[in-house]
Amino acid sequence: MPEPVLAVDHVYKYFGDYPALHDVSFSLNGGECLALIGRNGAGKTTMLKILAGLSGAAQGEVRLFGDSPRQASARRRIGLLGHGIGVYDELTAIENLTIFAQLYGVSASVARHWLERTQLAHVANAPVREFSRGMRQRLAVARAFLHDPALLILDEPFTALDDRAIALLQGLLAEAKAAGRTIIMSTHQLREAMELATHVALIERGKLVHFGPRSAEMLADPTYVYRTFGAA
Amino acid sequence: MTKNIRLVLGALVGILLLRNLYVILFNLPDEMEQGPVYRIFYYHLPAFFAAILCYITALVASSMYLIKKNLRYDAIAMSATEVGLAFAAVNLTTGMIWGRISWGIWWAWDARLTWALICWLVYFGYLMLRQAIDDPTERAKNSAVLSIFAFVSVAITYKAIEWWRTQHPGPVLSIRTGKQLIDPIMENMLYMNFLALATLAVLMVIIRLNQEEMQRQIDGLRRRAHAI
Amino acid sequence: MVFLQIAAKDLRSELRTKESLNASLSFAVVILLLFSFAFDPSSEAVAEFSGGLLWLVFAFAGALILNRSFARELPNDCLEVLIASPVSGAQLFLGKTVASFILLLTIEVICLPIFGIFYDITWIPQALPLLGIFALGTWGMTILGTLFSALTVNLSLRELMLPMLLYPLMLPALMAAMRLTTILLAGNAIAGNDMVWLRLLIGFDIIFTALSLALVETILVR
Repeated sequence: MPEPVLAVDHVYKYFGDYPALHDVSFSLNGGECLALIGRNGAGKTTMLKILAGLSGAAQGEVRLFGDSPRQASARRRIGLLGHGIGVYDELTAIENLTIFAQLYGVSASVARHWLERTQLAHVANAPVREFSRGMRQRLAVARAFLHDPALLILDEPFTALDDRAIALLQGLLAEAKAAGRTIIMSTHQLREAMELATHVALIERGKLVHFGPRSAEMLADPTYVYRTFGAA
Repeated sequence: MTKNIRLVLGALVGILLLRNLYVILFNLPDEMEQGPVYRIFYYHLPAFFAAILCYITALVASSMYLIKKNLRYDAIAMSATEVGLAFAAVNLTTGMIWGRISWGIWWAWDARLTWALICWLVYFGYLMLRQAIDDPTERAKNSAVLSIFAFVSVAITYKAIEWWRTQHPGPVLSIRTGKQLIDPIMENMLYMNFLALATLAVLMVIIRLNQEEMQRQIDGLRRRAHAI
Repeated sequence: MVFLQIAAKDLRSELRTKESLNASLSFAVVILLLFSFAFDPSSEAVAEFSGGLLWLVFAFAGALILNRSFARELPNDCLEVLIASPVSGAQLFLGKTVASFILLLTIEVICLPIFGIFYDITWIPQALPLLGIFALGTWGMTILGTLFSALTVNLSLRELMLPMLLYPLMLPALMAAMRLTTILLAGNAIAGNDMVWLRLLIGFDIIFTALSLALVETILVR
């Protein structure tokens, strides 16, 4: 049995005395896709930040590919799509992608390839400041995917995307899943998430109240999880 | 338990300070060159050392926090810095009063006074940073790093100011009795008052620590209340 | 080396907008002008405080540049993406320090001839040693300043807090740089007793570079 790609073991995280995460444990294997759902303030973003190495757990252990999330070898294999688009407004699209290609150790030609994939090749040399919102979101997607990450961490990725960007992202995620990549995404858009997900987790007030495979009921009625496992 | 410790310490401090004050005012002889005003030195120098003791405590507590991540160390570092600032203020004001009477001016860029002022500003910056950060863990972490930088910087600055003063010689606040630097009786008094002030410092840090603990508990309860 | 890529990114960003570069340079010239009213440029005494005056200007200009250092990563959550990338905290920090260093040194090199004109000071014979002292002093300022830029990046009073924390802590380096610059501008070489200042400056740079590289990761990871 190969080691799980992602293992969260009795993790606690505090803001002062307030437990943002309370004894959270779960694991994910290669090729699986976890939909992390929960209300605002439940702890989804806190959990994802710890997985991405942006934050440290106060107690417990997190392992990505067998390593701590702060190890460069783990971070090299993560693609992060958070709330902000994570690109520089004053630089051009190609400059932005080239920088991240460099940081992740992939060749610069990959940057150009991804501009084409996200239909941004025609604005490659324009500063991001001039882009429309949909274009900025597509560039963010390019940035997250260009180093072919083995683990994708997405924090509410479908929020505020236009239709074109949603279609692009869904296609890329399906492709990644088929290629054996692992995905963990927090979301309010239950319908899109349930289609992609192989597993579902519900977090409420810092506690993991449910973790399991996506069932037929969940696919049929996305609010099923809240109603069945959630409290009030 | 801690209440008893505080009471005992408080009593000890009170006795020491009163006894020292009596001896300083009535029993000790006048100093040769400066007359009676020099007695303020018995508070000026021990306050200086008490402040340094507090700053060293803050350094150790900050380092311990970064290693152990226990917020107790953060509370100690903060309390020690606050008390250190108080004693440094005593050092500065007694220095200014002494300087005014001895040289006729309120401030004269004496090496030690200058350094005390710089220290004061540096550690005041530490308190300002703490005020600006809301999250307790972030506040503890970042102020611990600043505390370490602050200590290294003031240590280096001490030497730097010494070299600066040798190139711009100026007044020096200290006691000389004839040929000897300090009379043994006076030296003894300095140690006694340092003991008194150091004990006072420990007491004040403990009191401040208790306040901080209470505040944290209140904050935690508030957060829980809001979450319901 | 990764930190050079980070430095290049920062420099490219800055040269694209020139925001802090222009602000900093204009501010420096305005202060030089104001100082000419506060301190009589024609007096004999100028030789005594020339170094002090110049480094005050550099310190004020530097605060503007250093403030931008981590603050430029805030829009679009770029800081998050950088910290999550394989770049280590130390590499990220070092890259930003180098970028601020280059920007600030450029401003200093532009200010020197202006200062020479306003205060009638000949500096050309000592140009190379002066550049050396500028580099050492600026490194001290940028290594501490970039660390404080990271420390204060999320604070609302960032523009005030950074100089308030930086200036007292960099005093030893500032004193040494002022003293050494004054000596050089007076036409003398650095020798004898004055070497202690050079050693202080180099020691300061080494100690705080090591300390910053060791502790920056703690600051960047929440």
